Amino acid sequence: MTQALATTSTSVSTARLSSWSLLLNNRLATAGLIILTVIGAIALLAPWLPIPNPNTTLPANRLQPILSDGHLLGTDHLGRDILSRLIWGSRVSIAVGVSATLIAALVGSLIGLVSGYARGTTDNVLMRGIDMIMAFPYILLALAIVAVLGPGLLNALYAIAIVNIPFFARNVRGITVGLASREFVDAARLSGKTHAAILFTEVLPNVLPVIVITMSTTVGWMILETAGLSFLGLGAQPPQADLGSMLGEGRRLLFTAPHVSIIPGLMIFALVMSINLLGDGVRDVLDPRLRAGDLTRPLSVTRVKRKTAPAPVEASDAILDVRGLETSFQRGRATVPAVKGVSFALRKGECMGLIGESGSGKSVTALSLLGLVASPPGVITDGTVAIEGEDVFSRSETGIRALRGAKVAYVFQDPLTTLHPLYRVGEQIAEAITAHQRIGKGEARARAIALMEQVGIRDAKDRVDAYPHEMSGGQRQRIGIAMALANDPDIIIADEPTTALDVTVQAKILDLLQNLRKERGMALLLITHDFGVVAQVCDRVAVMKDGEIVEAGETAELLRAPQHPYTQKLIACVPELGQGKAFLETVRPLFAEGKP
Amino acid sequence: MSNAIVVKDLVKTFGGKRSLFGGTGHAVHAVKGVSFELKQNETLAIVGESGSGKSTIARMLVGLETPTSGTIAIGGQDYAELHAKGSREFGQMIQYVFQDPVASLNPRKTIDTILDVPLKLLRGYDSEKRKARKRELLDAVQMPSDTLERYPHEFSGGQAQRIAIARALAAEAKIMVLDEPVSALDVSVQAQVLLLLDDLKREFDLSYLFISHDLAVVESVSDRVAVMYLGEMVELDTAEKLFAAPGHEYTRELIASAPRLERERQSRPETDRRGTTELSSRA
Repeated sequence: MTQALATTSTSVSTARLSSWSLLLNNRLATAGLIILTVIGAIALLAPWLPIPNPNTTLPANRLQPILSDGHLLGTDHLGRDILSRLIWGSRVSIAVGVSATLIAALVGSLIGLVSGYARGTTDNVLMRGIDMIMAFPYILLALAIVAVLGPGLLNALYAIAIVNIPFFARNVRGITVGLASREFVDAARLSGKTHAAILFTEVLPNVLPVIVITMSTTVGWMILETAGLSFLGLGAQPPQADLGSMLGEGRRLLFTAPHVSIIPGLMIFALVMSINLLGDGVRDVLDPRLRAGDLTRPLSVTRVKRKTAPAPVEASDAILDVRGLETSFQRGRATVPAVKGVSFALRKGECMGLIGESGSGKSVTALSLLGLVASPPGVITDGTVAIEGEDVFSRSETGIRALRGAKVAYVFQDPLTTLHPLYRVGEQIAEAITAHQRIGKGEARARAIALMEQVGIRDAKDRVDAYPHEMSGGQRQRIGIAMALANDPDIIIADEPTTALDVTVQAKILDLLQNLRKERGMALLLITHDFGVVAQVCDRVAVMKDGEIVEAGETAELLRAPQHPYTQKLIACVPELGQGKAFLETVRPLFAEGKP
Repeated sequence: MSNAIVVKDLVKTFGGKRSLFGGTGHAVHAVKGVSFELKQNETLAIVGESGSGKSTIARMLVGLETPTSGTIAIGGQDYAELHAKGSREFGQMIQYVFQDPVASLNPRKTIDTILDVPLKLLRGYDSEKRKARKRELLDAVQMPSDTLERYPHEFSGGQAQRIAIARALAAEAKIMVLDEPVSALDVSVQAQVLLLLDDLKREFDLSYLFISHDLAVVESVSDRVAVMYLGEMVELDTAEKLFAAPGHEYTRELIASAPRLERERQSRPETDRRGTTELSSRA
């Protein structure tokens, strides 16, 4: 549903913010970008800047303080100009850090790609090798490598690159494993692509953002490591300037001439800090998980900002009375309504179906009733929802929360995602009870067992300690229903409760819901896309299209003689057992004209 | 040659290999000795619940999984022979349409590059011919020609499934394995795709292996229907006979469970409220 909303909204002017403007919205990242650009530009332009040669020694001029004549940042113990050495040194440090990152990214990603795609023995061998590198403390390993290769800037670069390979290899492997089992990879194989071609033309483009993110977050780290090795005298060799070696040389004069070591220290700080800030910003922009939603946590109740003052609730016999409900989503700077003025009423003990195709707004309607639409971006922009004659949205936040589960309970489509995988099902049912009632642990457990028996789980006493993954889909949905029943709600809202289940299981779950409703006199609002399900359990049905109810009525009547052309078409498109091949011939005229 | 596919005693077991330290892993018997044949120009449907092994059969037929034992002949050619020649040979004989059309299209490629691959690798056409073929294919699945420059996420589920079908057609294979091709789609879109598949079958002389869990859909498209239950094929008959007089108990339950538009709540026995967990825990 959200997908459909997203696609419709990108076509209009409310398109999502571009990556660039998203990055600039992040103040810290922008600051990092500016500092980095300034440092980078100065370092790049070093050969053309009017600064003295960084390696010209002039012992007579040694240890000049800051702002002395001709030496803006003073001179070091050999009389070399610190500003000049700082600029040339930054140049070296940045170059080494970036090249080490590129080498580590190239080798590490290659290992990760191959090992994640090939799996099996290749994966095992490569990953155990990576584990061995990771087993050593990084600086020790770098020292060992430099000890073998001999000191020097280039060797330090290799050492740092090798030490950072596992970082890329592990990240990339993780993503590749997930991608390699995706259907588009299978499809590419069936299109005749070889494994190598699939790896580099199908998988790699999807892994690339992860590589870029990892690079942006490790460059700063690598510059720091280069400085560390140079500080120990294993990186840049004198007289070459490098931030780390400058720091190392200044260390001996820390008390007599602190500026000699403090200045390169501040430079390293500014450089690494700016890169890390920018890197975090880049990650936030590129990471699809962070990008999809807003970066903020959703509120516990959907924001309510009604255009008109809510009309006083009229007395009616309905337990749930929805009038003119409008729920919108913020896209960029505009708000796009997903539910447009929906009104319906549900009486005690009644079952009503809300049917529609994907993107019709039926799930948003169901979630809006108790303010469960994620906010931001969701906003309730108009209408009232009255439960037992009282407007829900006029209640306080705690007031709305008190309704959830107690008066109105939800049953969702896929119980595997709504049940917590690490808690036993019994504990989860008990938790639903204790959230609203003050009872002891033992009693809650006994009630949980009783509920499980009611929803038809055999051997409930044993199954109460099972984890969700130990149960089948049908049993999990029974647990979901048991949780909904925990506090004797008057209304149950079931959002596609059987869509993820097999037909034989679906029939039993529908029977269960039906029997429970009759026994307890609950009202049931059933959200579905399946006319067969509606026909089986609902007294009344409302058909939704593009956020509006186009037709509503008694189920039998509506199915027999649908009035709205949309409903007529939808019902005609449902194949039925016994129709056989005649079905295709009956729907053919519906699509004969107006083909895309 | 009247049989497009002949399958004999096909078995697939996952896991169960000896591990490094001598123990044997847990084995899952996904397909336990299945035999059937798909005739030329026929639509054979395989129905069954999740985990009944129907998708595993499909994946073996197109070479995405290797059978544990049993023989398969595709278009008269032996499976092992085809397999030795590599995925290219397979692709020219048999094509596969996935359940989730959006997931089967690489999100970072335009439709143009996606359709280009089979035309180039499987048919070996030059760029001129490929261009013409791409236009023909889009016409065949009733998509506008500006489709080519766009990315998969710009299309709805039904449109994406048309593109996926176009890609399968591009290989000019005569056998298509359709793995739940309409179950992710809305009903009106589902009907359109079923119509399209029907038209294409006639136009290009195709044979379909149609995998689905929806009996009503199956009845509307198939000549013969096979029922899978826990890795075994419990029944195989013409669609008319199977739906009129189901032989196996499981088939009867499947037909009884299918939701219908007419109200018949009373006619359904309320037996299984208690007996439910048995079937569902095994499935």
